[in-house]
Amino acid sequence: METPALPVPEARSAIPPALRGILPVLVALPVLALFQWVTNESPFAVYLLSVMGVNIILAVSLNIVNGMTGQFSIGHAGFMAVGAYISGVMSLNLKEVALSFLPVAASDQVLFTLALLVGGLAAAACGFLVGLPSLRLRGDYLAIVTLGFGEIIRVVVQNTDAFGRALGLSGIPQYSSPYMIYFWVFLTVLVARRIAGSSHGRSLWAIREDEVAAEAMGVDTTGYKVRSFVISSFFAGIAGGLFAHFVPIINPGSFTFVKSMEIVVMVVLGGLGSTTGAIVAAIFLTLLPEGLRSAFNLLGTESTLAQKVDQIRMPIYGLLLVVLMLSRPQGLFGTRELWDVLPRWIPRRRRGLS
Amino acid sequence: MRRLAPMLLAALAVLAAACEKKTQPAPSGEGGAQTAQQAQPAPGGETPAGSDVILLGQVGALTGGQATFGISTRNGIEMAIKEANAAGGVKGKKLAIRVYDNQSKPEEAAQAATRLITQDKVVLILGDVASSNSLAMAEKAQAAGVPMITPSSTNTTVTQKGDFIFRVCFIDPFQGYVMAKFARENLKLGKVAVLQDNKSAYSIDLSDVFTRKFTEMGGKVATTESYSQGDTDYRAQLTAIRKTQPEGIYVPGYYSEVGIIARQAREVGLKVPLMGGDGWDSEKLFELGGTAIQGSYFSNHYSPDNPDPRVQKFISEYKAAYGGVPDALAALGYDAARVAIEALKRAKDLSGPAVRDAIAQTKDFPGVAGTITLDDKRNAVKSAVVLKVGDGKTEYVTTVNP
Amino acid sequence: MAQLLQHLINGLASGTIYALVALGYTMVYGVLKLINFAHGDVMMVGVYMGYATAFALGREVRGSLLGVALIFAVAMLGCALLGFLIERFAYRPLREKPRLTALITAIGISFALSYGFQLDIGFLPGASPRAFPEVIEPKEWIIIGDRDVVVWNWQIISFLIAVGLMVALQYLVFRTRFGRAMRAVSWDHRVAALMGIPTDRVIALTFMLSSALAAGAGLLYAIKDTSVSPLMGLYVGLKAFVAAVIGGIGHVPGAVVGALVLGLVEEFVVGYAASTWRDAVAFGFLILVLLVKPGGLFGRVAAEKV
Repeated sequence: METPALPVPEARSAIPPALRGILPVLVALPVLALFQWVTNESPFAVYLLSVMGVNIILAVSLNIVNGMTGQFSIGHAGFMAVGAYISGVMSLNLKEVALSFLPVAASDQVLFTLALLVGGLAAAACGFLVGLPSLRLRGDYLAIVTLGFGEIIRVVVQNTDAFGRALGLSGIPQYSSPYMIYFWVFLTVLVARRIAGSSHGRSLWAIREDEVAAEAMGVDTTGYKVRSFVISSFFAGIAGGLFAHFVPIINPGSFTFVKSMEIVVMVVLGGLGSTTGAIVAAIFLTLLPEGLRSAFNLLGTESTLAQKVDQIRMPIYGLLLVVLMLSRPQGLFGTRELWDVLPRWIPRRRRGLS
Repeated sequence: MRRLAPMLLAALAVLAAACEKKTQPAPSGEGGAQTAQQAQPAPGGETPAGSDVILLGQVGALTGGQATFGISTRNGIEMAIKEANAAGGVKGKKLAIRVYDNQSKPEEAAQAATRLITQDKVVLILGDVASSNSLAMAEKAQAAGVPMITPSSTNTTVTQKGDFIFRVCFIDPFQGYVMAKFARENLKLGKVAVLQDNKSAYSIDLSDVFTRKFTEMGGKVATTESYSQGDTDYRAQLTAIRKTQPEGIYVPGYYSEVGIIARQAREVGLKVPLMGGDGWDSEKLFELGGTAIQGSYFSNHYSPDNPDPRVQKFISEYKAAYGGVPDALAALGYDAARVAIEALKRAKDLSGPAVRDAIAQTKDFPGVAGTITLDDKRNAVKSAVVLKVGDGKTEYVTTVNP
Repeated sequence: MAQLLQHLINGLASGTIYALVALGYTMVYGVLKLINFAHGDVMMVGVYMGYATAFALGREVRGSLLGVALIFAVAMLGCALLGFLIERFAYRPLREKPRLTALITAIGISFALSYGFQLDIGFLPGASPRAFPEVIEPKEWIIIGDRDVVVWNWQIISFLIAVGLMVALQYLVFRTRFGRAMRAVSWDHRVAALMGIPTDRVIALTFMLSSALAAGAGLLYAIKDTSVSPLMGLYVGLKAFVAAVIGGIGHVPGAVVGALVLGLVEEFVVGYAASTWRDAVAFGFLILVLLVKPGGLFGRVAAEKV
């Protein structure tokens, strides 16, 4: 077995101490300015950014279970569905309600955040339930339980009138702004990175590398596994809630097994365990189909081929996955992070040992 | 406190890292948007103003579970546009259409619709078949003030999204009523069973309305069973239905499943007629259902037997272009596109509100799938026909008016 | 009573098909520890090959025994070749890499095949389902009462084929040199290679065998339900995968038993409870089985190395 590179404790940043304090501001300002410009310019960019943000949250959160803990979950869309439906139903019911002491827009956002949190917590509760069997199940068997859970959620939704059955929920207020979404992206990334760097994260890595040895060393494997499931499904639920509030219609067809697999693909493509890898892969895979669409549009609208090419996107997507995995089997970054693979001349964190 | 300081520092570092990362997404996101924008002035793309092409948009399920319906619709629309261009176009300009796939998923439909509206700047959107996808598109079209015509989304809520959303087909409650009335009054059935597609809102709606109306008219629905789109084994449901000994079975699904259901119904020993809705209309039904489907009835928008030269011309031209008798979805796609083109001709300019007003004035429009008059709820008011499935073709039975 | 019997027969009939597909999953998993997600789609391609052959043969020939044999042979050989190509170019380069990597290529191939076959360009069939010609003319072999219970010829034929294949596979794995090589590769392919076993060839052959099996299963399935569509692999593949896990993935008789049990559970849920909950019950049942027997009905939990 090839041993993946263990995460090496990160040394302090190479950035001069004087700059360190204001660096976030320095970086954030142009980003925000750019953001503002893009969102004003085009609703399509906003939509694409929103999809991208949701995909990032999904990939980064799944990475906590699949990448860091080495468990194999293929039911992430199920948790997303729980969050989407719970927060969607809540927002639909609270549509007319406003908090009296706040302006309407602010009150909407407060209620929206509340709905998101409730959705996230519901998903986390489901994550707890799904994580429990990990007490007994290993590897592929655990995977199939997560798959089964995802499918059960879909059937339940499809048979519940309150969830709109096959038609789904429509008319959900469009509260999700890119700012809100990227705030949650930031939170998710923060949590994921903090977990990776903490003693909690070390335990997860230990479980990933060798569960038996980890247990022998006194790591409470079940506890850690369940916890990583709960955290990951909480963020999946949030992602679902955000998703429901900008599409703004949700339908059981959006949360199938195929969606789960798409998220797994993002995680593996980015490199199992690499948070930045998951982010880059999520961005790439969100833009890829639209990029193909743009490329095909260059062919013109007159030819019949141009009318058919939109169908060709999906087979090409499949083949690209194969090619990508063949050329970079360890994923984009392996277990490393973006700054570990950047060219030398860019100031980066030094790795402690090498 | 000692522990806190490095943690704070680390948090800051992470924050910095996070920001570092964020710059990464933004340019690529930006890049994506730019490529999209660049695509526009490129040879294939057209700008609405000052160009000699009017660009329409269609979002349809070209892949995924509903692909076969989306493709039929696309063919119908394509035909209408070719005809219009051959006849000299609209306002001296040629028509062009940009078709995007939604993979049978609402979020993709919303994304494609947004792209059509804001990147490609289409004057009007056509699509989709499945109501949930149309709902997602309708939200975006209404918000942007771009008119949208759905050829075949029959769920009532679609056009309730706003005054820019229209449809050229009848709605679910009417069709459910048509079949209930036919089953009760013409076929004189007393007890029927219902087999619905639980994955399709259309099927559930129809079966709900049918059950209600049929019971009101004094009939009895013995049992309601369901299947999922994509299934191919219905023996369990049919065996359960046979137990109740119904005089007919209402199967408001799509031809892709109904054909197989008919075969298996005969196989488990159910000899009673099947009944269904416009989702049945396709020549694939004869292929999939074989002799088993013969003698069944379904409600539809039009009858291919209709001697009206307009209908016959459409059918023969469609056959020539795509090889096969057009199904209801193709006919509705054709009608939707023609309604749109007529409205574009009448509209005083190509702005959203002008086109919307022109579409809303559509009255007694001679469509292939019936005469179309749009009511104040932007739904088409038209009569339905009941057809009987024969050997490789359908026979006209009766017309039911709203 | 008659009702119960009929449901039992229906359940066994669909379970039989799941079993044949599940055998392919289980073989590949047994040797490579790889969940071959493209398996269902390979099956779908096989059915289209059979479909094309049936039409090439024409109405007279395809009904005859020779015609049926030819249809099966073309589909199975074609799929064996497809399986070989997929293994050679998509899985073999990744054999020494983390297991999940090969899973992603499997998903990629699955997407490429199932979406590719939805195109209506060139020889590709398009999204609409097609009626599969009746290569085995349906006959009622056993009729009890006033058609209360009917058993069809193809139900018995496919059941016999499934059981026969299972026995043959069991023989192959445990009684032949090739089977011994398979088991050795399954234990540890590096050591097997050191012992002089041509691991690449064994793995390639396993893939070809499992793909050919999938084609055969797919044809039986298409004959049973008289249709073929590009998405059939997705639905059947998922169910068969579940069946393989219920039985204990990697275990040959386990896959068959798991599949029959799954077929029966689905049938009875639809027949006696609410048909809308069929999939939920099937997966709920799966989870229940795994909670009681974490390695599936017959599988063992892998020995823990310390």
